[in-house]
Amino acid sequence: MAPGVAEIQRGLAAGKFSSVEITQDYLARIAQHNPALNCFISVTDEIALEQARRADAALAKGQAAALTGVPLAHKDLFCTDGVKTSCASRILDNFIAPYDASVIENFKRDGAVMLGKTNMDEFAMGSSNENSCYGAVANPWNTECVPGGSSGGSAAAVAANLAPGATGTDTGGSIRQPAALCGITGIKPTYGRVSRYGMIAYGSSLDQGGPFARSAEDCALLLQTMSGFDRRDSTSAERAVPDFSGALGEGVEGLKIGLPQEYFADGLDGKIAAVIETAIDELRKLGAEVRDISLPNTDLSIPTYYVIAMAECSSNLSRFDGVRFGHRCDNPVDLEDLYKRSRGEGFGAEVKRRIMIGTYALSAGYYDAYYLKAQQLRRLIKEDFQKAFDSVDLILGPTTPETAFKIGAKSNDPVSMYLQDIYTISLNLAGLPGMSLPVGFVDGLPVGMQLIGNYFDETGLLNTAHSYQQVSDWHLQIPEAFR
Amino acid sequence: MTLKTEDVRNIAHLARLHIDEADIEQYVTDLSSILDLVDEMNRVDSSGVTPLANPLDATQRLRDDEVTETDQRDKFQRIAPDVEQGFYRVPKVIE
Repeated sequence: MAPGVAEIQRGLAAGKFSSVEITQDYLARIAQHNPALNCFISVTDEIALEQARRADAALAKGQAAALTGVPLAHKDLFCTDGVKTSCASRILDNFIAPYDASVIENFKRDGAVMLGKTNMDEFAMGSSNENSCYGAVANPWNTECVPGGSSGGSAAAVAANLAPGATGTDTGGSIRQPAALCGITGIKPTYGRVSRYGMIAYGSSLDQGGPFARSAEDCALLLQTMSGFDRRDSTSAERAVPDFSGALGEGVEGLKIGLPQEYFADGLDGKIAAVIETAIDELRKLGAEVRDISLPNTDLSIPTYYVIAMAECSSNLSRFDGVRFGHRCDNPVDLEDLYKRSRGEGFGAEVKRRIMIGTYALSAGYYDAYYLKAQQLRRLIKEDFQKAFDSVDLILGPTTPETAFKIGAKSNDPVSMYLQDIYTISLNLAGLPGMSLPVGFVDGLPVGMQLIGNYFDETGLLNTAHSYQQVSDWHLQIPEAFR
Repeated sequence: MTLKTEDVRNIAHLARLHIDEADIEQYVTDLSSILDLVDEMNRVDSSGVTPLANPLDATQRLRDDEVTETDQRDKFQRIAPDVEQGFYRVPKVIE
């Protein structure tokens, strides 16, 4: 059995088990299964048990907060005060964060327990979790396959029931794609909904944090804690956060759903298309109205995204210089040698590629041809969505063009890896919220369906996913080896 | 777009990245293929379109210039590779 976040809340409230007991259960499962999956970089046993003891004390006094006593895992990109925060990079292998990310502060405020920090693609750059200095993560459904990326460790941990929920970040699909490939639910909220303070930056105009869990119901609980205005994030949205859980029962009667024709074109595996069609029929039966729409600039999203993300990453990652924290090379002869070798030794190949492309795109004489051009196309891509939302409430399609691929299958071809993000990255360019939920299997591997909402309509996404999950049980499936 | 070996060396220098000589050719191949992908942007005429920097077209939020952070130098320097008397040490910069 794999209790979800809501079920654990109820169990703790009813005194069926204590936070210490359930935390010990998860720590034991992590000890048993992590060697095969490699989804945790750090397991924080002592912190977890201390937090669980305090949670039990609070529960006994009737002082429980929203998530008191619920164990969770955090992507190793969120700074955690006093705990190693590596971003799966050699350059931060010795980095003990001196402060908490706002998201981590929020989970502490609401009483959650931290089980550990999860593996990921280095600096969140990747779609397979193979770009980690701690090694690849295995997909619990087939350990020869990738879990997706970049938040692959968090997704694999939830899929294998090593945690009931986990945090991730999504710059071009890094929550939705691993959620799809691991058969769980994940949501990337609207840009600005979740504070980026203390999230190690990759592409600042694209990055958003969000949760993974089995169900939309659980994601609603976790997103509630993560969301809200934060003055320490200069692009945080000054907007009230709705009661995500409260809106879950609204149903989809009369909901207008658009299917972008471009998302069901040639690149999509036919077996995935068939699974998605079946899920669309379920939503029709629940009263949704489905119609075709067009997002004509979809195929521009990959080149546009990679210029913007790489330009922003080359700028963001200039802070890793071997001077104030992180890896420093031995015996530098001068300052330039210190920078170059500390960075050359500290960063992996994919990170170096992206820094170099970004540096090139921003260099004198090329700015207009690359960065400015990409920002113009970014507006066209956003306008496609705005037009679509004039006639529909929600957009639906596949999350990925294929199911989980074999470890190593694409690792020598960066461009074929980038094409995995075709359905997910345009949302980051537009800043829109999106989520992935499991809707079936192809050859034993999970298929994810993506829902795309209008700005700040996380409620609509969660409600639609919840309605579907009331009449399906794909989100409750657990791979046999981890039951 | 095909880069030359010399281009890759220059970009690596601009990015302050040491690249092993043996790896340069692989970077030439990989970066050129990424730039080919990126060049697809030129299929569309976007002249006159206002560039989008923030997805919500938000502008920079201003705040009062007040001190809100406390001095945590000791804590922050505990994780530094080399410090002395409260300063970060680097190789000599000025002769």
